Amino acid sequence: MEEDKQTTHSRTQAEPAYTPLGTPSTTPVGLREGDIIHTSPELAVGEADVRFAERGEIVSGSSLGRDAWRRLLKNRLAVFGMIVVILVTLASILGPFIIHKATGYTPDYIPTEVGLLKSFPPFTSPNGAFSWKHPMGTDNQGRDLLARVLQGGQISLMVGIISTLVSLIIGVSYGAVAGYLGGRVDNVLMRLVDVLYSLPYVIIVIVLLSMFRSQTARGQLVLLFVALGSVSWLTMARIVRGQVLSLKNQEFVLAARATGVSTPRIIFRHLVPNTLGPVIVYATLTIPTVMLTEAFLSFLGFGVQPPLASWGSLASDGIQNIAIFPWQLIFPGITMALTLFSLNFLGDGLRDALDPQMRKF
Amino acid sequence: MKSNKGNLLEVRDLRTYFETEDGTVKAVDGISFVLQRGETLGIVGESGSGKSVTNLSIIRLIPNPPGKIVSGEVIFNGQDIQLLPESEVRKIRGRRIAMIFQDPMTSLNPFMKISRQLTEITQLHLGYSNEKAREHAIKMLDTVGIPDAPARVDSYPHEFSGGMRQRVMIAMALSCEPELLIADEPTTALDVTIQAQILELIKKLKHETGTSVILITHDLGVVAGMTDHLLVMYAGKVFEQAPTRELFARPGNPYTRGLLRSVPDPTAEQSELYQIPGLPPDLARLPAGCPFAERCERAEEICRRQFPPFVQLTPDHSSLCHFAGDVYQQSAHEGRP
Repeated sequence: MEEDKQTTHSRTQAEPAYTPLGTPSTTPVGLREGDIIHTSPELAVGEADVRFAERGEIVSGSSLGRDAWRRLLKNRLAVFGMIVVILVTLASILGPFIIHKATGYTPDYIPTEVGLLKSFPPFTSPNGAFSWKHPMGTDNQGRDLLARVLQGGQISLMVGIISTLVSLIIGVSYGAVAGYLGGRVDNVLMRLVDVLYSLPYVIIVIVLLSMFRSQTARGQLVLLFVALGSVSWLTMARIVRGQVLSLKNQEFVLAARATGVSTPRIIFRHLVPNTLGPVIVYATLTIPTVMLTEAFLSFLGFGVQPPLASWGSLASDGIQNIAIFPWQLIFPGITMALTLFSLNFLGDGLRDALDPQMRKF
Repeated sequence: MKSNKGNLLEVRDLRTYFETEDGTVKAVDGISFVLQRGETLGIVGESGSGKSVTNLSIIRLIPNPPGKIVSGEVIFNGQDIQLLPESEVRKIRGRRIAMIFQDPMTSLNPFMKISRQLTEITQLHLGYSNEKAREHAIKMLDTVGIPDAPARVDSYPHEFSGGMRQRVMIAMALSCEPELLIADEPTTALDVTIQAQILELIKKLKHETGTSVILITHDLGVVAGMTDHLLVMYAGKVFEQAPTRELFARPGNPYTRGLLRSVPDPTAEQSELYQIPGLPPDLARLPAGCPFAERCERAEEICRRQFPPFVQLTPDHSSLCHFAGDVYQQSAHEGRP
């Protein structure tokens, strides 16, 4: 009992639960190293203007984009994410060609010799000696796993980007139109979104994919783009609508209307560019989500069909032999996890950079 | 040069109502006025008296719903704007009737370069090519007194100060040489020295281009040196209408007198500032009588019971008051109130 008290006491002494007023022990919450605190950018611009305008000098303000870029570069995780994403993208695009040139293996090359039709561990030649030929080993049919992972990366990134583009185009126009026109139009459009929202989208995608099941692997891929794109625009539409709702009552919209600009032009030339910050952020965060869904579908066998590979289908192949050939699961798994992490870091970084007020503390 | 005579704009019995949850708000209730070519008309009144709604109604920019122009005619150059299809009205907006808004900070699109915003209007209405529109934009910026216009034309609005932005707005409004410029409290958001510059600029440009101007403001100091005619609005109605000089010298309405007394006089010794007691009435629940009766010094029984008549004091001076004649006489007797 006595001892108990003692420890409690000593703990409070060592780490005070609070510090006296005026002596913050650490930096304030939410401020990271390198953050720029804008007290009032409006004022700063005005002052510079008054001082220099007389002399006819141009005050070169830093543009929104340059500001955001600087903030992004100060965020280490985001920079790390950006580098990894770029590397993975480059490797996926160029890798299969380089491997083909270097070793003669393509992602779907199945050796003709019976002795090679089995899974070799990484860096191992058929006779068990060290070899550079298959850095990630081979799969059950003797196909080079590195080439397959990189080719899977192509598919995964493509699915991510194209589906996000589809969602971007549909979501932004839909949300902007609903938000700007308002009233009954808005009501009808957004209730439709609500209805679609309430349906479990994975099931919709599975139904779509199995209903229109294509005979060719390529056809199935296109179907996958469409299916994923058509369900991922809902949140985008809501975000854009919200932005437009708050923007459309600003005076510049009234000013544009007063100069005779037509409604479609106001929506797409004046309003949509103003929503770009949140849209870019959400789009970058949609890419990993869509990629994950694609992996999930391919894992279940609905997505990408062989001989094409995606990270999901590779993982699905690998998991069947996890006890004997663990590298078949480990390599696609690690690559996918790393890429998704990086995309998420990049997305978070972009959000912080483009929209400092939205930052989560 | 356009002919300097004749009516450019004639508003007859304009009524704009807003349907709200509290009932129908009669923001503009039976406004009539005439604006002649080359003339400047000032519209003054407190916040919420219907000044801005009147002008948005003229170019049909009332958000509908909830707003609706219930009745009235807006005759611009002999054409009733209320009867035109939307596409025709759009050709008038910006081209023949231009507007300047209150807050220059928000009335420029933050994501568009100044050049884009300035060229858009001339390309739209005058069919200018890219180069010609750009040239014109630079010329306009120069006209409104922005130094080093060729370099600054590609700036974004946030690189400009408030006064500069208002100059850009004026450049934009005057790009197509409109016949009518509606300035909705163009100087409210600016500090006093910039205010004077902007007003001077509007005056100068008006003189050069012969544009008619409607100047909306709640600042009597602003209208004094700028306008030919004045319209005093209260609760969506015209309370008094007169040539500026006459209105300042001999107001025929207790409300106008109150407004004039509210202007602080820097030379006066009195430490207490005058203010009209009370608040403007709820436009959704207007009393049966005079809407100003509750706040009026001279209100009598009849004011609360019966809506006042629009009394014509002189050929171009009218006042909405039961005692317009008395007030007019009193003002004339006192000189400046």
